[in-house]
Amino acid sequence: MNALEIFFNPDIAARAFPILLRGLGMTLLLGVTAIVFGTLLGLAIALVRLFAPLPFRLLAAGYTDVMRALPVLVVLILIYYALPFAGIVFSSFTAAAVALSLVLGAYSAEVMRAGIQSVPHGQFEAASSLGLGFVRSMQKVVLPQAIRLVIPPQASNCVSIIKDTSLASVVAMSDLLKQATDAQALFANPTPLMVAALIYLAILWPLVRLTGWLEHHLQRAYQR
Amino acid sequence: MEAAVDIRNLDKWFGKLHVLKGINLGVASGERIVVCGPSGSGKSTLIRCINGLEEYQAGSIDVDGMRVQKKSKTITAIRSEVGMVFQHFNLFPHLTVLENCTLAPVYVRGLKPKEAEDLAMHFLAKVKIPEQARKYPGQLSGGQQQRVAIARSLCMRPRIMLFDEPTSALDPEMIKEVLDTMIALATEGMTMLCVTHEMGFARKVADRIVFMDHGEIVEQAPPAEFFTSPASARARQFLDQLLRH
Repeated sequence: MNALEIFFNPDIAARAFPILLRGLGMTLLLGVTAIVFGTLLGLAIALVRLFAPLPFRLLAAGYTDVMRALPVLVVLILIYYALPFAGIVFSSFTAAAVALSLVLGAYSAEVMRAGIQSVPHGQFEAASSLGLGFVRSMQKVVLPQAIRLVIPPQASNCVSIIKDTSLASVVAMSDLLKQATDAQALFANPTPLMVAALIYLAILWPLVRLTGWLEHHLQRAYQR
Repeated sequence: MEAAVDIRNLDKWFGKLHVLKGINLGVASGERIVVCGPSGSGKSTLIRCINGLEEYQAGSIDVDGMRVQKKSKTITAIRSEVGMVFQHFNLFPHLTVLENCTLAPVYVRGLKPKEAEDLAMHFLAKVKIPEQARKYPGQLSGGQQQRVAIARSLCMRPRIMLFDEPTSALDPEMIKEVLDTMIALATEGMTMLCVTHEMGFARKVADRIVFMDHGEIVEQAPPAEFFTSPASARARQFLDQLLRH
């Protein structure tokens, strides 16, 4: 048996493929869920950190520090294995979605804070001197300008969080990696793992390129 | 005459720095006032207090009988009565000229988009750049941007206009077009408070010159009187320096 037949056995690859695709579906669902909730959470935390009264600002700063300091896997294990002792039981998908959202929220908050702070103070002043309230000023004046600067680093955060979805296999969620390790055990062959790695690559490589492209095209300030 | 702005015993500190010291100033409706003085005299801070961009620590400011207080509901009402033009224009760079002008009328006044656009085109024509309506601020010259900023304020149909050194950031050849716009506005009877170093403009349109130094109003007089025989030594010195170059 040569190496090709061991690592890229076409027969096993064909039989494992549908199993892996189901895993891919879960991986993408988890990734998208985490990105949606993590980004919204990040925006909320960034606004609190910039504009809320001092105690809330400190809480938001503490949150982003802690969540960026803790390894993602530790957060996930705490949620899945420790919270049940407090009577809070999550399914493996929910636990993983919550963990990844909490972590992405912290990273997003930092990126968005920087984006909002880069909008010149005169923009806030012009908006409020026209009588626009805080919410309208944010919605119509500040955030649309901040978003250009936020998109490239946030895209990079999203790529990281999609990669981190593979940690969910640790809490027995049948994501792409878990399906691959199961298939590897079933067929007693590493081919499913190799195929899974290629699938990760096929999805993430274009996204990595896209982040680079976005950085090049969006990350410059408006001409004033 | 009814007082458009009534400032009484106003005090403001930036930390330990006492930047406005017991300011008293009344502005009648339709009156045009030029505030001048050396840099750091508190003149910009004073007009920024009028629409609540700066907080003050003592005294009071009333605009059309409404008390200016940062954390009150009247602040929005006051701000929609008081237009402000900034030194650096502060146009919204992500919106077109037209959208810059319609934003507040739509979201603060509740106008329909079509009404707001008609209103915006009316004032853009007034500042003589209706043909730039679809462009973005970054595509315009400084003078054009400042005229858009004036049109944007006028779209709220303010009763009072504040100008905070509107020509200081402009290249010399663009100053005239902005001043002409302001002169046109003055001739229509707009109540105006202008912080500016343009003494030619002051002479031409001001009803009263308010001279400030070190956070105090040192003297106020009609331009003819102020420019020919200033009462205070500080005003004389200031005018000497202005005229020397």
